[in-house]
Amino acid sequence: MTPVIEFKNYTFKYRAQKEPTLRDINLAIYPGEKVLIVGPSGSGKSTIAHCINGLVPFSYAGESSGTLRVKGEDPAKLGIFGMSKIAGTVLQDTNGQFIGLTVAEDIAFALENDLVPQDEMFDRVSQVADVVEVASLLGHAPWELSGGQKQRVSMAGVMVDDVEILLFDEPLANLDPATGKRAIDLIDKISRDKKTTVIIIEHRLEDVLYRDVDRIVVVGEGRIVADEKPDVLLTGNVLREQGIREPLYVTALKHAGCVLAAESRPQHIETMQLDPYKEQMKQWFREVGYEKAQKADRTVLSVKDLYFSYVEGSPVLQHIHFDIRKGEMVSIVGKNGAGKSTLAGIICGFLQPARGTLLLNGEDISGMSIKERGEKIGLVMQSPGQMISKPMIYDEVALGLTVRGVPEEETRERVYRALKICGLYPFRNWPVSALSYGQKKRVTIASILVMDPEIIILDEPTAGQDYRHYTEIMEFLKEINEKYGITILMITHDMHLMLEYTDRAIVISDGHLLADDTPAKVLTDEVIADKAYLKKTSLYDLAVKCGIGSPSEFVERFIHFERESGEGRGSHGEDIDL
Amino acid sequence: MARILTYEDKDTWIHRLSGVTKLVFFLLWTMTSMLSYDTRVLSAMMVGSLVIYKMSKTEWRQVGTVLKFILFFLVINLIAIFLFSPYEGVGIYGSRSDLFHLFGDYWVTKEQLFYELNVMMKYVTIVPAVFMFVVTTNPSEFAASLNRIGISYNIGYSVAIALRYIPDVQDDFSKIRNAQEARGIEMSGKASFFSRIKNTAAIIFPLIFTSMDRIDVVSSAMELRGFGKHKKRTWYMGRKLEKADYITLAVTVLLSALFLFITFRDGSRFYNPFAG
Repeated sequence: MTPVIEFKNYTFKYRAQKEPTLRDINLAIYPGEKVLIVGPSGSGKSTIAHCINGLVPFSYAGESSGTLRVKGEDPAKLGIFGMSKIAGTVLQDTNGQFIGLTVAEDIAFALENDLVPQDEMFDRVSQVADVVEVASLLGHAPWELSGGQKQRVSMAGVMVDDVEILLFDEPLANLDPATGKRAIDLIDKISRDKKTTVIIIEHRLEDVLYRDVDRIVVVGEGRIVADEKPDVLLTGNVLREQGIREPLYVTALKHAGCVLAAESRPQHIETMQLDPYKEQMKQWFREVGYEKAQKADRTVLSVKDLYFSYVEGSPVLQHIHFDIRKGEMVSIVGKNGAGKSTLAGIICGFLQPARGTLLLNGEDISGMSIKERGEKIGLVMQSPGQMISKPMIYDEVALGLTVRGVPEEETRERVYRALKICGLYPFRNWPVSALSYGQKKRVTIASILVMDPEIIILDEPTAGQDYRHYTEIMEFLKEINEKYGITILMITHDMHLMLEYTDRAIVISDGHLLADDTPAKVLTDEVIADKAYLKKTSLYDLAVKCGIGSPSEFVERFIHFERESGEGRGSHGEDIDL
Repeated sequence: MARILTYEDKDTWIHRLSGVTKLVFFLLWTMTSMLSYDTRVLSAMMVGSLVIYKMSKTEWRQVGTVLKFILFFLVINLIAIFLFSPYEGVGIYGSRSDLFHLFGDYWVTKEQLFYELNVMMKYVTIVPAVFMFVVTTNPSEFAASLNRIGISYNIGYSVAIALRYIPDVQDDFSKIRNAQEARGIEMSGKASFFSRIKNTAAIIFPLIFTSMDRIDVVSSAMELRGFGKHKKRTWYMGRKLEKADYITLAVTVLLSALFLFITFRDGSRFYNPFAG
């Protein structure tokens, strides 16, 4: 069989860069295959996708050598338009790529550009809308859709062209775990029903492996370092070496000293043969104890009986109540649109609750303005671009103090201190634009720290970050939490983050407080996980299948072991440039 | 979220008309009422506008805020005309009938009042037509309509894209403003006017950068799906012209022609009740 995509000794260098991004790539993908491409940020995995859909070299110019054939054609000759008939690309940003004013128009967009007559468009749009299950939404505007629905529309928008190759660029980045699972399921269904070749670029490996893939291609520093069947790849160490997170159950098995064999089919925990490893796993569970960390008991923030609604009669939050203790690291989780961000908005004073009180150190803060609250409770937005307004790092960090009229002397002292905490002191006189994404994130955190807040709230601190940057950001937060006793609240739908880094999870579902417990308990409770659109951790299945009596205790011990050994982590506090 | 001046789907004959028809009506109607100062024509058009507005079942909440704003400007406009040119009417109608003396050199004349009445009638003619057009034309169809009357689809689509992303940018704006306010950048009435202007920069720059990122994604997404491939494109939401459209178009053109004929028949676009 001839491959539908074939790279031969392919090297590519972006015009703006000194070094080639792809080096000597040899890769063949056959019709109907489903291939997962993984690799850290900057490894070149997205560039591979850009080569296939023609964005390289047309939108991103550069030089290439070697050959690339997609369905026998050279994308560099066929152009983006020509390639769009062969390979359809679904981008990471589900909202940004929604072009039409309604679902139907967005799906029809490619057809409109291709001069397809209106009647034919109606037919084709309704057909493809059925496939991705958005038929009932055709008249809806983008802001009426959830992230998962928008992604389905994007899929429909490229499938309407009858493409032979579907290219997914980090399809899971903006989705909550349960929605992500559904997306993977749908992709799988399409690839099987339509015999479409599917290429998924993603670093959330475990989530993609929810359904079978034929091969996993690991990209590192511009080269292909592995090209294997999942069952084979998971037994080795390539993933960890490249800074890609293995499925948690695989990590746990390896911690217990099990030597995995491909024959035991480690691709899915549900169907994996665990018999050879059971005893070892049980023994590890018995041996690896841990001590519960003691946290201060002083309550710093207390939310009491909170109600909120935008429109009278349709409450967004109801009867929310919890206490945050000094020095805790807590995650607020729940599906997209459950009311997490609204809750943060109320705590910061952007929104006024209909009922209920907020106590900071025992004092009612309802009378405090946004600005006054900002001195006690800092908010770090999801993307650094949403906060940074000064060209120079020093000025950006100093902003909060300058506008409050703090004397220059004191400002300098406090800014330097915040910069030192954030590991940015050497860059204090640099422009912000010279920093990497992770460093910019730190600048925004420094600009909040400089005000000496008691609590920092972070909105999706690691969204869209690969494992290395994720670790870098989270280790940093852990450090300021432990060293300086700053209480940290994180809004997230990253299960790993909540499991590994937070002591407690506050679960919000449809405006109600569903649970307030340790992450290990939350993620091993099927009812909670289902209701809140979370995903039960695979460690739970591993524990159950190995006959370990208390799965949540198993998860607890696993996390403790991970924290202690620091294994699978990037180096602490060190800057990693993109 | 409450949105003013946006399309709402209702079942009236005006909603059922094609966007092209409404666009042509709107352009001709507005142009005619701008050209004409003939009071008889303006009264006819004013009544026509109000009837159409009524038929479009537009509700107060859809346009109320904007209408108040426009009325405010109308009053300012009328006062300004009088202050800057109190004898405009006298010049136009060639006679002077003083009513009473105000102050200094300012006399209120019948001619001036009549002239300003005409100006007001233009407002009352144009504003309902604008509202009708905006709230009954599906924005998706609007791009198609612009294209249909010969404007490049690139321009039509820019309008559509702007409409698509305005809510997103508004969203970004309020998020960024909140976060910056929490950092201490005062945007409420507490801060002085000057410092508020200065503080706007702290919101505008992040907003621009976030929007640039958006543009980047949108243009890639559009290109990947073949936007700009051909000189023409078809429209999913385009509507064929039907009988009602042709009738409306014919009536619009005839009426405009008639009104312009009446207006300019005697060589002046003013109707002069003071003459002879």
